[in-house]
Order: sequence, then structure tokens, then C-alpha cells
Amino acid sequence: MGQLGRVLGLGADQLTLNLPGPVSNRLAWIRRGLATMGISGRALVIAAPAAWLTLFFLVPLAVVFGISLATKEFGQPPYSDLLTTSDKGTVQLTLHLSNYIRIFTDPSNIYINAFLSSIRIAAISTVFAILLGYPMAYAIARAPDRWRNILLMLVILPFWTSFLLRVYALSGFLRGEGVINNVLGVFGIAPLTMMQTDFAVYVGIVYSYLPFFILPLYTNLVKLDPALLEASADLGARPIRTFFSITLPLSMPGVIAGAMLVFIPAIGEFVIPSLLGGPGTQMIGRILWDEFFSKTNWPRAAALAITMLIIVVIPIMLMQRAQNAVVEGRR
Amino acid sequence: MGRNRWFLPVASSIGFIFLYAPILSLVVFSFNANRLVTVWSGFSTQAYADLWADPQLLPAAWLSLQIAAVSATIALVLGTLCAVALVRFRRFRGKTVLQATVSAPLVMPDVITGIALLLLFVTMQSLIGWPQGRGVLTIILAHSTFCTAYVTVVVQSRLADFDMSLEEAAMDLGASPVRVFFDITLPIIAPALVSGWLLAFTLSLDDLVIASFVSGPGSSTLPMIIFSKVRLGVAPEVNALATIIIGVVAVGVVFATIYGLRQGGKQKQA
Amino acid sequence: MAKKPQLAADTRPWRDPAAKPFVRIRNVTKKFGDVAAVDDLSLDIYQGELFCLLGGSGSGKSTLLRMLAGFESPTSGTIEIDGQDMSNVAPYNRPINMMFQSYALFPHMSVWNNIAYGLKRDHMGSAEIAARVDELLKLVKLEPYAQRKPHQLSGGQRQRVALARALAKRPKLLLLDEPLGALDKKLREETQFELVKIQETLGVTFIVVTHDQEEAMSLATRIGVMNQGEIAMIGEPAEIYEFPNSRFVAGFIGSVNMVEGVVTEDEPDHVRIHSEDLGTDIYVEHGVDCSPEQILWWAIRPEKVELTRDRPQTPPGIPEGANLVKGYVEDIAYLGDMTVYQVRLDNGRYMRVTKTNTRRGDPDAISWDETVWASWAGSSGSVLTN
Repeated sequence: MGQLGRVLGLGADQLTLNLPGPVSNRLAWIRRGLATMGISGRALVIAAPAAWLTLFFLVPLAVVFGISLATKEFGQPPYSDLLTTSDKGTVQLTLHLSNYIRIFTDPSNIYINAFLSSIRIAAISTVFAILLGYPMAYAIARAPDRWRNILLMLVILPFWTSFLLRVYALSGFLRGEGVINNVLGVFGIAPLTMMQTDFAVYVGIVYSYLPFFILPLYTNLVKLDPALLEASADLGARPIRTFFSITLPLSMPGVIAGAMLVFIPAIGEFVIPSLLGGPGTQMIGRILWDEFFSKTNWPRAAALAITMLIIVVIPIMLMQRAQNAVVEGRR
Repeated sequence: MGRNRWFLPVASSIGFIFLYAPILSLVVFSFNANRLVTVWSGFSTQAYADLWADPQLLPAAWLSLQIAAVSATIALVLGTLCAVALVRFRRFRGKTVLQATVSAPLVMPDVITGIALLLLFVTMQSLIGWPQGRGVLTIILAHSTFCTAYVTVVVQSRLADFDMSLEEAAMDLGASPVRVFFDITLPIIAPALVSGWLLAFTLSLDDLVIASFVSGPGSSTLPMIIFSKVRLGVAPEVNALATIIIGVVAVGVVFATIYGLRQGGKQKQA
Repeated sequence: MAKKPQLAADTRPWRDPAAKPFVRIRNVTKKFGDVAAVDDLSLDIYQGELFCLLGGSGSGKSTLLRMLAGFESPTSGTIEIDGQDMSNVAPYNRPINMMFQSYALFPHMSVWNNIAYGLKRDHMGSAEIAARVDELLKLVKLEPYAQRKPHQLSGGQRQRVALARALAKRPKLLLLDEPLGALDKKLREETQFELVKIQETLGVTFIVVTHDQEEAMSLATRIGVMNQGEIAMIGEPAEIYEFPNSRFVAGFIGSVNMVEGVVTEDEPDHVRIHSEDLGTDIYVEHGVDCSPEQILWWAIRPEKVELTRDRPQTPPGIPEGANLVKGYVEDIAYLGDMTVYQVRLDNGRYMRVTKTNTRRGDPDAISWDETVWASWAGSSGSVLTN
């Protein structure tokens, strides 16, 4: 214990490790070396994550863009080289714009339709999420302290279980011989076809993303000063008027932030339309997946990804602005 | 909302029922004797036996757990560094770029992230020969990347609320900046680090799309196996697995909430 | 500049021209962007002082304190502590400790560990640390609370832990940022005396930053009044209060009646000022460094003015009608130990006069609407040229 005591310092609430001589000397040497190279601790803190993110996030996006300008070929990897050396020895850069052209001019308009329907489905789902989620967030924010934590926990709990399993659970609920139809059957109502419809996808998106909407909105609502509502009532406004004139406008940043957390990922959703949607519900996530895995047309899939990215950038910026507004409101 | 007291409770109850009904039905029907799962015909634990015997599910679950643990830990380190840089360093070149890069994976559709990372790995392989093929390593790299974003958000928000005078007091008493970080900052933000790790762990465990893109032969994760089973129809052993997962998560969340409530009462926010 | 009487020689180091200052602040400026929070400030503080930096918000006092502690570096100028230039010295290497306004107690450490923290950074032996921490706990009377965490203590107790922690390393200089701000009035008064006692016993140099004049006046050996990044006046509390060097200082400390006037007589032994604000002449019984016909200001503290029902006799040497005004009592505030009279003068202006209630339940006290004469002695007011 004595030996240990020399190495390990145990205080009432802290632990210090006295590094043995050789290790400690090594570290000090490294530190001095870095200092002489002019590398400050600060630079390292920034450099490590920056390097990682550059390599594994920014560079991949550039690669996707590059490959979107190739065409499908057989072999490994299944796309053409952008840089080729001609017989004369000159290096040529071949950019195929065919993928992008095809996206916009395909005779069946499959791609354009998929984009439009993705946006449409995401938008409608977001609206439903707002309609269902706003009262919930409001109720939790107004609830007495004891209840509030329990309710929050209930909202967060599904989020921690698997997304995939929850969508699967929903499919069990909605299918032809699923729970809802069984219940309806008890009342003698004919089974509804809910699976493989747009409706199922709406339900699926709302179901999966509801906690994402509720939480930012709740954070915003809970900071609302009750004195404002009392002042409004004191000046003669009925509760509904107070809600629309005071609460709703002030909660807007939270609503937008939450809505974006639903809308943006929903556009590119794959799992939900796969499990719940039908052949009629073409969302761009599925199209991309098929292009990549079924048709092995990587360049086409890459072009779809870039297009999706451009579409999604605008709502992302909107969301950043709303996030900043939420943060400002906090100060 | 005043006189209409019925509106809020009713509307929120509908919401909560909506959230939980499918999950509960999943649990209930995992004990269904009927293989059709959604028509009740008696209590049985057959599904659990099937789960135990299934050659794919449990090994995939084990693999996913390991991948999640490693990815979460990497993401924790990177994410904390990012958060420190974004909150504490007032200005540096590329700060806005870093902030944007770190927030983008939060909302970007999985398919974009997935295809981007796969194409990166393919290109890297043809350029420098690494990574060799796709497998567990590429999944870990991919998961660490998008999980870093979530960890950064959690830690960043905690750091932004941090009372700097505590660090100044420590420096005033003779602690160097590194000491201050380990003695003062880290212990106080520890709960945020834990929830960041758990968040990253859950997201990694649950990821289907990205793993599908960047995995290779023999490295199928749990979501991939589940997905291939359920797209063909209902699978009782999946219900059983789901029930176990839900049970573990529920216990964990309940304990965490109780712990958090007790801590919140004791310690004032620092 | 008002002249002040010569005082007997004493041991106060700032009066000794040969004494070496412990802290030398030389031409320090601190800019945030284009705004100078501290502007070309120079100040000497001597060992053993309890020096107060007094100022409102935005006066630069907190910035100056932070520069002394090392959390900000001056944009220009130097700070020397005990002869050592602090220009590149980090906060953790300075022989200074600070008591923070919010106390900044480490929430995850017990009282004992909070106090021991600085000692551990000095790599003191554990037996030594234990002895020192116990000594400090005794000093601030918190022995039974050693194992408690900060959130389990009251505000006053936390303040004492912060003080003990700051004194643990026996710093030569202790900086205190609004040390009594968070305490209620009763506790504040008790703590004021304790602080002074501790400082005198230990002989540590204290620099206290505060916006509370009463606090500064009761704690300080010397006060530095700050305004917009500059020192307006340095001096002992009595000097600051009785002999302010400017309108700002006169108006900042305590309450004051300040009027504008023009010099009508300028002699080496007296000055006569005609004030329209007062509607009378002011006769000052000493010479003032000014020019004839100069416009200047005159300030008198409310307690230096005497109220009488009948016109008082003119003292010898004072011209008839000078240092005298008539009015009536418009408002009275009875504060228990003293009474504040708001007197409306014949010319419509107001004068504030206070009187200590030396007689219990005085039946003869001046009341509302009574006509009164306000008079003062020739040396009771300050003549201010800026």
C-alpha cells in the first residue's frame, strides 16, 4: 500500500497519479520539444478534430462531387477515372455531366418527382409533427416541476430505443393484420390499408422524429417568462389571444429549430419509406440507395447526393439562424 | 390555457399514447405464441428461444456493441476537443468552418454521409492502399465521424454555461491551464461527457444507412441484420430482441433521471 | 485646490517620501477594441495597506484588479509587484491571491479541499497542508464545516471559505472583488470589522474593489476613486470626504450641496464668491489658487450647515450677509440617528441639511414649513476648480 501511496494520491474527492520518473521525464521532454517547434497546446486542441473532420467529412463531400462527374463502368471501382493519360502522354480531365443532365431530363421524371415528393412528404410530416408536438411541449413546459421531469423522461425514452425497431413496431401496428385493424375488426370495421401508403410514411416520420421536435421547443417554452402572460391577461386578453399574440411569436425560434430537425433529415429518409411506404412513395433516399446498391451506378447516386445536399443547405442555414435566436433568447 | 383545461391534457395524452402504443405492442407480441405475431393466441416465450438460437442476430448484436463502444469513445475525445475549441478559443482561422462542419452531420440525411464516406474509403484504397476493403474499421471511422457532431453539441452547450471564475480561481491558486482542465473543468462537466458518450453509443448502435454503405463482407451490424429480416415481414425473434433492448433502455433512462434529479437538487449549476 | 491643514507626522507609509511602494502601477492602459477601460493610470500602493478602489460600473476598477491578478494584460504600461515586473507572469505564478465576487468555490470539492487546493499546487507535504488548513478554518471560524460542500453552506459561510482559501498560501497581496456585495446589511457590518482585523493581524496588503462608498470608507486605509478608467483622487477616507479635489469626487462620495459661483474677491487670506445658485455670497477663510472673476464651484456637506429659526449673529471677520441664506423647510426625513431637511431657499433653489438628533424626542425640533436660516463656517466648504 505504501508503494501505491507514492504513486497514487487519494484525496477526499480526487485522484492524482504521480507518474513514475521515466514516464514523467518522457512527457516533459515531449512537451519541451513541441514548445520549441512552436506548437502550442491550443493549436493541438484545434488541429486534432479539425484534421479528422476534414479528412472524414469535407474530403468525402469533395470526392462525391468528383465522382458525380464520372460515368458508370464495369470493374472495381465501378466508375470512370476523371484523370486519364492519353496515348500521347497528356493528362486529360474528363468530366461527365451526364448524371446531372439525366437527373433533370429523364423522360419518366423519376428523379425530379422523387425530389418533389420527398420535399412534399417531409413538409407534410413536419406540419403534423408541429401540430402534435406543440401541445405536448407546451403541456410539459407548463407542468408542475415534479411532473415535468417525468414527462420529459417519457418523451426522451423512445429516442434512446432503436429507431429501426420503432419503425418496425409501427409497421406491426399498421399492417393489414396489425393491431389497429384487429381493434377495428372487433368493432366490425373492415381493415384499412395503411401500409405502403404515403399516409404510413407520414405517420412513420412523425413517430420517429417527434422527440426531436419537442425538445428544442420545450427548451424555448420553458424559458418563457410567465409574467408576460399575466401582463397580457391583465391588459384584457383572453387565453387564446394571449397564446396567439404572445406565446406563439415568442416560441417561433424553438418551433423553427425543432421543425428543421424533422424536415431536413426527413427529406433524405430511407428506412421509413422502405419499411412503410409502397412502390408509389418514391423518396429520394430510396432512389439513391437503389441506384447505388441495385443498379451499381455510383456516379448517378453521387450526383443525386450532391443535388440533395444543395436542396438541403438552405433549410440548414435557416436552422442555424433559428438556433442562434434561441441562444440569444437565453441571454 | 385557462378555461379550456381539457385541451392540453387531452392533446398531450394523444401524443404520448401515439409514442408508446407501437412500442408496447412490440413488447406484448414478443410473448405471442402465434408466429403471425399480431394476432394473439396465447403466451409463449418461443420467440426468445428463437432469438437465442438465431445464428445472425446475437453475433451481430455483439459486434454492434463493440463498434459502438469504440466509436463513442473516439467521438467523445474529438467532440470534447472541438467543443473546447469552439467555446473557449475566441477567434481562430477557420472557426466558422469548424462550427459548420461539426453541426452539419446533425441534420444531414444519412444517405449523403454514407455514400460520401464509402466513396472516400474506395478512393483512399485506390490511392494509398488503406483502408483495405471495407469492414469493422471503416464502420468505426464512419461512426466516430458523425457521432463527434453530437458529442460536440452536448459538451459545447455545457461549456457555454460554465462559470469561468472557477477556472480563474484555480489559476489564481497556482494551477497551470492543463491542471485546471483536469482538476476543475473536467470533473464539473463530467455529466455532460457521460451523456455525450451515451448519445454517441446509442446512435452508433442504431445506425443502419451509414453502416450499410461502409461495411464489408462479414461485418454486418445488428441494424443491418434486423433490416434484412423485417423487410420481408414480421419476425418474432426481432420482437424478442426489441423487448430486451427496450427493457434495458427503460431501466437505464429511469435510473439516469432519478440520479439526475437528485444531483440537480444537490449541486447548483457551476 | 483646497488647502488642508498640516497633520502630525505618523507611520502611514504613503506619507513617507522615502518609502518604497509594494505595488507600482505605471501608465497602465487597457483597451478593449477602441474603448479604453483603463486609461494611462498610475498608482502606488504600500505594504500593509487596505487600499480600496472605489468607482461605479464602467469606471475600470474591476479591469484594473484583473490586470493585477493576471487575467488581463495591459495594452501598455507596467505593473510591478514587490519590485518584480509582472508583464509576462501568468496568474498561477504571481505572489497574489484573489477573492472572487461570486466566491468561485469549487462545487465538487469540500470546504477542506477548496482551502487546500492552492497549497497542493505548491507541492506542500500533507502534514503541513493539514496543519495550515486547520489554522485557517479556525481563523474564519468554520471548523465544523470542513467536510461540507459549498452548496450546503450559507452565503456568509461561503464568503469565509473564499477568504480562507485566498489566504492559505500567505500571499503578500490579496485582491478582493466586491467582497461584501452578496451579504445582507447586518452581516456586512460584522464582516467589515472582521476583514479589517484579519488584515491588521496578518499584515497582508489588501486591495479591495467596491462600488459601495460606505464599505470603502469603513475598510480602507486609503481610497482610490476611479472614474472612466482614470483615478479621480487618492487619499485617506477623511481626505476624500472632507477635501475632495473635484466636483466628481465631491458628488460621488456622500451627499453634498454643490453650487456654481464667480470669484469677486481674491486675496491671499480669503476669497469671496458670489453664487446665484445660493443667492448669497460665500466667504472662504483661506486663499484659493484661482484668478479674479473666475467661475468655480463650491461644495458643502449637509452636516456642516446649521439651521436656526432666528437670524444668527455674523461671526467676526465675515462680511455681513455672507455664508448665510434664508428659506423654509419643505421636507423632512427622520432617519432615527439624524434628520434630513430639504430647505427651499428664497431664490427657489434647494439645500440639503442634516442634523444629528442629540436630544431624545426634541420638542424644540425644527418642523415643516418653518422659516429657517442656514449658515456655515468659513472653512466648512470646499472650493473646487474642476
